[in-house]
Amino acid sequence: MPRVPLSAEILAARAAAGLSRLVGAGGGTTVPGRLLWKLDPAAIDRLAARLPRGSALISATNGKTTTSAMAAEILSPQLRLAFNGSGANLISGVASTLLAARGAELGLFEVDEGALPEVARRLRPRALCLGNLFRDQLDRYGELELVAERWRQAVAELDPDAALVVNGDDPQVGELARARARATIFGLDDPRWARPTLQHAADSKHCIRCGTPYDYAAVYVGHLGDYRCPNCGHARPEPAVVAREIELRGIQSASFTLSTPDGERRIDLHVPGLYNVYNALAAAALARELGADLDTIAAGLGRFDAAFGRFERIESGGKRILMLLIKNPAGANEAVRTLVEGGAPRVAVIALNDAIADGQDVSWIWDVDFEPLIGGLERLVATGARAAELGLRFKYGGLDEAAIEVVPDLEQALDRGLELTPAGGELAVLPTYTAMLALRSIAGDRGLVRPFWEQAA
Amino acid sequence: MKIRVGHLYPDYLNIYADRGNIAVLAQRAAWRGHELEISLLGMDDPIPPGDHDLLYVGGGQDREQLLVASNLAAKADQLVESVERGAALLAVCGGYQLLGRGYRGFHGQDMPGVGLFPLETVAGERRMIGDVLLECELESGRKRTLAGFENHAGRTRLDAGAVPLGRVVAGFGNDGRSGFEGCRVGRAVGTYLHGPLLPRNPWLADWLLGQALAHRLGGAPELEPLPDDLEAAAHEVASARARARGGRF
Repeated sequence: MPRVPLSAEILAARAAAGLSRLVGAGGGTTVPGRLLWKLDPAAIDRLAARLPRGSALISATNGKTTTSAMAAEILSPQLRLAFNGSGANLISGVASTLLAARGAELGLFEVDEGALPEVARRLRPRALCLGNLFRDQLDRYGELELVAERWRQAVAELDPDAALVVNGDDPQVGELARARARATIFGLDDPRWARPTLQHAADSKHCIRCGTPYDYAAVYVGHLGDYRCPNCGHARPEPAVVAREIELRGIQSASFTLSTPDGERRIDLHVPGLYNVYNALAAAALARELGADLDTIAAGLGRFDAAFGRFERIESGGKRILMLLIKNPAGANEAVRTLVEGGAPRVAVIALNDAIADGQDVSWIWDVDFEPLIGGLERLVATGARAAELGLRFKYGGLDEAAIEVVPDLEQALDRGLELTPAGGELAVLPTYTAMLALRSIAGDRGLVRPFWEQAA
Repeated sequence: MKIRVGHLYPDYLNIYADRGNIAVLAQRAAWRGHELEISLLGMDDPIPPGDHDLLYVGGGQDREQLLVASNLAAKADQLVESVERGAALLAVCGGYQLLGRGYRGFHGQDMPGVGLFPLETVAGERRMIGDVLLECELESGRKRTLAGFENHAGRTRLDAGAVPLGRVVAGFGNDGRSGFEGCRVGRAVGTYLHGPLLPRNPWLADWLLGQALAHRLGGAPELEPLPDDLEAAAHEVASARARARGGRF
C-alpha cells in the first residue's frame, strides 16, 4: 500500500475522533489511533519522534493509571505533555493521544502490560517505569511468566542510554534492573506496615532463580516486600528511592518520607492505602529521572487527587458514593484492606462484569480476600453480568444468604445501595472495569460527574 | 462425620481460585453436619493410602507445575493405591495433566506424570481459553451439566477405552477435537474446568462428598438437598456464556 503523507493521515484520524464523539460512541480515545494504525503503522513512530523531550512509559499490573496520573501532575506545570490519562493504554490509545497532543514536548504513556514490547519498540522511550506483576486476566494475558518474558524482551530492546525505573520489592520486576547500566530501584522500608503473612493469591513467592520459597523480612502488598532466598541468596536489590515513616489514615489519605540520593521530602497524599504509596514512589522515581527536583515532586504529589474511577467520591442527594475499582486479586485485596481500615461498611455494592476488559474468566474473585468485609456487612448488593457468581463468593465466604441481594442491573443496584445508605452516609461501590465505566456514565447522566474525556482533556 | 481431605501442594497449585472449590466442599459438608478435616500436603509430606477420603490437586502455572511435577510423580504409587482403595479425587487443569502419564512441553520441558488417568498431554501452539459447557453422566441414566472456564496449552488425548468426565457441548475440552473433556477413574475425576468449578456446579461437589463418605463408611449415605437457587442462577449465566462464546478451532 502506498504511504499516505503523515499530515493527511493525521487529519483523517483527528476527524474520526470528532465523529466518534458526535455519534455518542464515547470519547474517541481509541478510534482515531486505530484508524491511523490501519493507514500506516509506522506513522506512530514518526509522531513520537517529533516529541522534543521524548517519551516515558509506565506499566504495571496494578497502579499504572494512578502512577501515570501522578507523574503527569508532577510534570505538567513545567512540560506540555502528550498523556493518555483516560486509560486508553493499547497501541491505538497511545496513537490517538499522539494525534491529539499538538505542541506537546514530552510523551507520558500508561501502557498495557501485554502491549509494552510493541509500544516500546515504536516509541523508543527515554524512560521506562515498571511497577509490579500480579496474576491478572489470565484469559487475556496468559500466564504471569509470559508477561514477565515480554517485559524482559522490552527491557532488552531499550536504547542503551534509556532510564529504567523498577520496583525492587517485586522479585520479577527488580531483577530487570540487574543487566542495565542506568536503572533506579524503588521500594518500601517501613516494617510497621508489613502484613503478618503472604496473602492467599501471592504470586512470585518462589525464588525466581532456584524455586525455593522466599523468606520475607516484610510483605507489603501481595508478594511485594523485602525478600531473600534462603537457598541461593537471591534478594531484594538495594533501593535508591525509598518510602519510609509511612502513615496511613484509613480511606482518607497517606503520607511518607521520600528518601532519594538527592535528599528527603515529606509527601502528603490525598489518596489512601499502601498501594498508593507504591504508586507515588514510582511516579517520584520516574519524575526524578525526567529531571524534576524534589520540591516539584512533593508539590505535584500533594496536588494529586485520584485517577479516573480508581478511587472517587461522588455526591448523590446528600449521600456519598465511594467508588473503588477492583480488577484482580492483589488490587481488590488492597481496596478491601483500605476500606476496612476506614471502618468496615455495613452496605456494599459490588459489581462483577465479564467483558474482555474485565476478564471473561471470573475465577479471580475467589482469590480475593473479601472475608474482612464480611464481618461488618449487613447487606451486599451483588450486581453486574455475573452478579450471582459474586453472590456465591460471599455465600461460601460465610455471609448469610439472606444478606445477599442479587440485582444484575447496575442502575437498579446503585439505587438499591443508595436506598440502604442513611442520609449523610457513604456507600461503598466496588466495580470491575466495564461496570465502573457504566456506573460513571449513570452518574454522569444524573449530572453527578463529568465524562472522562472532558476530564482528561 | 469427619471427612479427611488431602489438599496437594496448595502453595504451588492454586492458580484458578482452587480455594473456591475447597470452600464449597467444606460448607456443603458443614450444612449437612459433617466436617472437612483438611491436611495441606507439601513437598515433604507422604500420602499414605487410606488416610484421606478425598484428595484435591489444583491448577498451577507452568513454572509452579514444573516445580512440583517430579515430587508428585515420586508419590505415584501412593496416589494410585489411594484411589484403588476407594478415595475420591478431584484434579483441575495442571493437576489433571500431572495425574496422566506426563506432559510433553514445547522446549523440552517435559514433566513426568502419575499415571492415574489413562491419558497423555502434549503442548499445543495455541492456548485453549474460554467458557465451557459439558454434559456428564456419572451415574447411568442421569445426565447433568457442568459449566466452567478453561485455559490450557496442553492437548490431552485419552487412551482408547478411557472414560471422559463428559461430552463437550460448547468450548474446547481435552484437545479441541475429540469432543471429550476430563477423565474419570473410579472415584477420581480430572478436568480442565475451573471457574472455580464447584460453586456453580454444586451437584458435582455433592457427588464428591458422597464418594468421600462412601470411602469412609463403606456405603454412601444420602446427602440431604440444599437450597441452590443462587448456584442455579450462576450456572445458568455460565452455561449461556459457553453457548455464546465458548472456544473452538
